Amino acid sequence: MKELEYPFDVTYLMKNKKKIKRQLLQNDNFIEKNIAILGGSTTSEIKNMLEIFLLNYGIKPTFYESEYNQYYEDAIFGNEELDKFNPDIIYIHTTNRNIMQHPTMYDDEKNIENMLNSEYEKFKKIWKSLSERFNCTIIQNNFEYPYYRLLGNKDAVDIHGRINFITRLNQKFHDYANSTKNFFINDINYISSCYGLDKWANQFYWHMYKYAMEVPAIPYLSFNLANIIKSIYGKNKKAFVLDLDNTLWGGIVGDDGVENLKIGPEVPSGQVYSEMQSYIKEHKSLGIILNINSKNEYENAIAGLNHPAGTLKPEDFIIIKANWNPKNLNIKDIAEELNLGADSFVFVDDNPAERKIVQNYVEGIATPEIDVPENYIRIIDHNGYFEVTNFSNEDLKKNELYKDNAKRSQMMMSFDNYEDYLKSLQMKAEISTFKPIYLERISQLSNKSNQFNLTTKRYSLADIEDVYNDDNYIKIYGKLEDIFGDNGVISVVIGNIKNNDELHIDLWIMSCRVLKRNMEFAMMDMLVKKAKERNIKTIYGYYYPTVKNKMVIDFYDLQGFQEISCDEQGNKIYKLDISNVYTNKNNVIEVKE
Amino acid sequence: MEKEEIYERLNNVFRDVFDDEGIVVKPETTANDIEDWDSLEHINLIVAVEQEFGIKFNMNEVTTMKNVGEMVDIIISRMN
Repeated sequence: MKELEYPFDVTYLMKNKKKIKRQLLQNDNFIEKNIAILGGSTTSEIKNMLEIFLLNYGIKPTFYESEYNQYYEDAIFGNEELDKFNPDIIYIHTTNRNIMQHPTMYDDEKNIENMLNSEYEKFKKIWKSLSERFNCTIIQNNFEYPYYRLLGNKDAVDIHGRINFITRLNQKFHDYANSTKNFFINDINYISSCYGLDKWANQFYWHMYKYAMEVPAIPYLSFNLANIIKSIYGKNKKAFVLDLDNTLWGGIVGDDGVENLKIGPEVPSGQVYSEMQSYIKEHKSLGIILNINSKNEYENAIAGLNHPAGTLKPEDFIIIKANWNPKNLNIKDIAEELNLGADSFVFVDDNPAERKIVQNYVEGIATPEIDVPENYIRIIDHNGYFEVTNFSNEDLKKNELYKDNAKRSQMMMSFDNYEDYLKSLQMKAEISTFKPIYLERISQLSNKSNQFNLTTKRYSLADIEDVYNDDNYIKIYGKLEDIFGDNGVISVVIGNIKNNDELHIDLWIMSCRVLKRNMEFAMMDMLVKKAKERNIKTIYGYYYPTVKNKMVIDFYDLQGFQEISCDEQGNKIYKLDISNVYTNKNNVIEVKE
Repeated sequence: MEKEEIYERLNNVFRDVFDDEGIVVKPETTANDIEDWDSLEHINLIVAVEQEFGIKFNMNEVTTMKNVGEMVDIIISRMN
């Protein structure tokens, strides 16, 4: 919903949140999550706003809200309601109002050090207690700056200053977050400064209602929080689809000629586009795929991208569509060629009419209202499309992987027989029981895979750790490399052992970048091997249809399973007897454990 | 601005905030008359009214306001 993208109209959101919620609830396909909000001040409106932002991301939250300022008691002593609630995520909304002791001029260095540690230890105790009880994701606010400075500018510098104290305390929070999995910081220090600290800290709202920030600032806080949560559940965007003229450079390359484009340090409007190009290019390091969708002659587009002052070059893009087709059709083609859903794209175009068409014809795509060139970066950035929560090394190599895929499809053309082509790739797989170093990637994959996903069950890192530690599961991952490169971990199967000799497959996923490489058969062979080692006699497979996973509707048929039931929604159950002989299905991939 | 127009605009704000098209506010209307009007919704109402009329209530006003009629009186005094 456009109204829930940055920059939003706060007045509209606050006034119409109930109507918005009703509209959003008409969609289906939500993932449901239990979110506990433990507050050190009033949280009601934070919850309401968070709800509509999450619904807009396809996440349907159920909330537990602590009693006013009971965050500490709930966390340390627990309570029955919270225990029963069994949260997937706990959000601790504390602010500088919850800092118990601030330094004064009478305190010496050692006193202040003790104060700092005792504030930090209090929170650490909360986090430890919560993660021991619930083993779930924790999101913790850092602290916003205070709205007055007793020492003036020295407040930042001197150990007696509150600004100095809060800066040091925040650093401790950040260090903890850096070394702790499933723990994230909601950076209200940054959000409050973007909003304007004096306005944020409007004391009317504290004294009247015990809100620790001005109520009209709450949508910004909740949006920021919703971005962390949607990122954890794999709902980040994955690719840019970019226009060229007046988006990546000033002017129209076909009319003005390359030499007259505005880009580079000489003039202000050229500087703006230089920074825009650098900003876009930086996303490659996050694994974001860059593509072009421009109404241009192809040669002109390439010539523009080869402008000596430009940072972006043709080779930075995976797919370049420069033609006169409607942009929504180009986007569909790009989605198909990349094997990605178009709803994972961010379409950047200076032309409002093009944005509107794309918005109308491509469901779920983001089309930021980028306004004037000097606002492009801020508006794209503050939308949080690519919020980083679990960053894996796979992401660094993502663009290369897509490039390799392009090379493979070229090579495929030169073979008449598909099996010969597969053999020529000299594929080598490592398929083995989960290892600690891959757990993060496995969780990431379970949240990102939509198409080759039989049950669409999502696993947070904490969930994956539970599976890893539980002997009642057979859990294998697969890595695949070939002559063009290493794809990393691209497939995961989790089976639950029940009644001694039954294996129920909870999860079977594979990354679409290794489709049609027979990797699914290699995974099956290993699954059967592991199952036989555990004396399993029957394997049960489940297929739950979603709008995205039609690709695997007959997956278990292909694997030789027998369908035993199918309900009205198309949910199917299959079984396979492995007590007799099982013949391996893969003969093109060399597998090691 | 006429009192009548203020009531009309105020009525729309109430309907949006409480998501109830049946609301008709009168000078004597209080929180007791509208089901969802609790202390948490009260703040949303205040913010929405402020934004509708481009004014700010101060703390004293918010704490002493007894009914919609008094709210309208404050709005009028601010706008003149």
